[in-house]
Amino acid sequence: MELSGKMREYWVANLKLLIGCLVVWFIASYLFGIILVEPLNAIQIGGYKLGFWFAQQGSIYTFLVLIFFYAWRMNKLDRQYDVHED
Amino acid sequence: MDLETLTWIVVGATFALYIGIAIWSRASSTGEFYVAGKGVHPVANGMATAADWMSAASFISMAGLIAFNGYDASVYLMGWTGGYVLLAMLLAPYLRKYGKFTVPEFIGERYYSQTARIVAVICLIVASITYVIGQMKGIGVAFSRFLEVDYNTGLYSGMAIVFIYAVLGGMKGITYTQIAQYVVLIFAYTVPAIFISLHLTGNPVPQLGLGSTVADGTYLLDKLDGVLVELGFAQYTIMKGTTLNMVLLTLSLMIGTAGLPHVIVRFFTVPSVRGARASAGWALFFIAILYTTAPAVGAMSFFNLVNTVQPGEIGAADGNMVYEERPQWFKNWETTGLLAYEDKNGDGRIQYYNEKNAEFAQKAEEEFGWQGNEMVKVDRDIMVLANPEIANLPNWVIALVVAGGLAAALSTAAGLLMAISSAVSHDLLKGVFKPGISEKQELMAARIAMAGAILVAGWLGLHPPGFAAQVVALAFGLAAASLFPALIMGIFNKRLNSTGAITGMLVGLFSTLIYIFWFKGWFFIPGTEMMANNADNWFLGIQPESFGAVGALLNFITAWVVSKVTTPPPDHIQHLVEDIRVPHQRNA
Repeated sequence: MELSGKMREYWVANLKLLIGCLVVWFIASYLFGIILVEPLNAIQIGGYKLGFWFAQQGSIYTFLVLIFFYAWRMNKLDRQYDVHED
Repeated sequence: MDLETLTWIVVGATFALYIGIAIWSRASSTGEFYVAGKGVHPVANGMATAADWMSAASFISMAGLIAFNGYDASVYLMGWTGGYVLLAMLLAPYLRKYGKFTVPEFIGERYYSQTARIVAVICLIVASITYVIGQMKGIGVAFSRFLEVDYNTGLYSGMAIVFIYAVLGGMKGITYTQIAQYVVLIFAYTVPAIFISLHLTGNPVPQLGLGSTVADGTYLLDKLDGVLVELGFAQYTIMKGTTLNMVLLTLSLMIGTAGLPHVIVRFFTVPSVRGARASAGWALFFIAILYTTAPAVGAMSFFNLVNTVQPGEIGAADGNMVYEERPQWFKNWETTGLLAYEDKNGDGRIQYYNEKNAEFAQKAEEEFGWQGNEMVKVDRDIMVLANPEIANLPNWVIALVVAGGLAAALSTAAGLLMAISSAVSHDLLKGVFKPGISEKQELMAARIAMAGAILVAGWLGLHPPGFAAQVVALAFGLAAASLFPALIMGIFNKRLNSTGAITGMLVGLFSTLIYIFWFKGWFFIPGTEMMANNADNWFLGIQPESFGAVGALLNFITAWVVSKVTTPPPDHIQHLVEDIRVPHQRNA
């Protein structure tokens, strides 16, 4: 059984969403939290230096939002391609 | 009521609760024993995963780790949470769709090879056993420190509790006790945190308090940076390590998290693919409550400690606390040996500063008459354990912290033991050696394997090998370098065959093992290291703890190249991969 065109489309849509999410994942943690931490620390939000905030708070909030966003979009995609469970 | 009686009552009540749950949730089939009958609600599974994941170290040691390392400890915060993004998107939904019982089972079937399955079992057992030793030690220590029973008795009590609910209920019993344990541990962690934040900054939300001002109107973090620099330390909020090591360590911890079998298998227990995705989000939600609070607890309790010791101006004759006038909590922790003072300059006052900073130490000696750092021991665990006393909270909060630490250790130990015992009974016995046994026999074997795993873990807790402290790096390195790539490629690369996967896993496993042993000694035996463990000798400046990510990369490359030059997997395996990528295939 070769994967039907529609299923391949579904998989490609999933991969696109996945890559988008992982780019955000990388930016919020590695880029803002580590690589660019020094320049970002020049910006102060309340008592937090921004780079430090991303490393100890912001990255975790971003991860959380990302997972629920991904789950929501995938559930929509499942319905769209009629592959949802019941 | 005195503290010890109160602690007995609180700990006793939580234990009675766990046993009650065990009796209520007995397992009657292998499906219930291995994956709780796949009937756990995604939110409930998220909570159980959070308790499973957050160990004694997360509960007791992490805030202290942050306190003494400041910004650099961010690698643990990001590393131990970011892995859930990978789990939610790259692993959990597909492995749930596959829908069997264990992680090695997937690897064995996907790579149509008993060898692959056995290699996966070995990686799983090594990673899980090293990890469980720390939990057993945590249980023994909690008992001996707070309940005045000796370490061994404490350990036996912990083993007995796990024995009752894990042998009786398997994954089902473990799941429901983990939910109760989560509630206990998160309550015990956040209550003191709220009070300390309120006390220092006037803001009851620790995550906001950390960014607020203290009594004199300056920001807490700025003030902490300032005081630390004046005492010869590095600033709290700046990077002390190298960017490369921070990136690699964070990555190793993230993919290690996503590759740890006891975490992955929790997503086998939800009813659907949709549930697996949501459940990963809920798991991170429950974890994030503790992980975003910990930086506040770390910074605030450290700030309290420094200010207690140095209430006045630095260098002034009366700037330091008089030892005889130290607060009660200071005395309490001195008796445990976690806090120790030595009056080096004989002035009866306490000086705490960075004596390793030669320039500052010289200045302090010449100008202030300081003869060295007098807080000769400040154990990092104090930051959580002494917190309620420093904040003057009632005794029941202290008792709760003890119960919380025990809950964290027990829940993680049970999850690890579950992964070990199902690898033995399901993968080795049923999968490889005696495929013919009936379900009833397998269920019995699973219970015996669980009992055996508890005894082995208990024995290791009684005779902890000298390397116990270093094994976390090993557990994560191995999970990252061996299991994670094999799982990911099993799902995302249809063309990957068994030869590629097995060579990849072995290359990842051994490159990481050898790199760690090279600098830390073979099997951590002191004196057998091949080179001194310092930045000059490290390959490209990569510290051994960070190597898991490199091992994973080597695994990916090897597997891909070997697969390219060997025969592709048979058709039915490619169909299996296509099938797990789709939640529910309607007849096309």
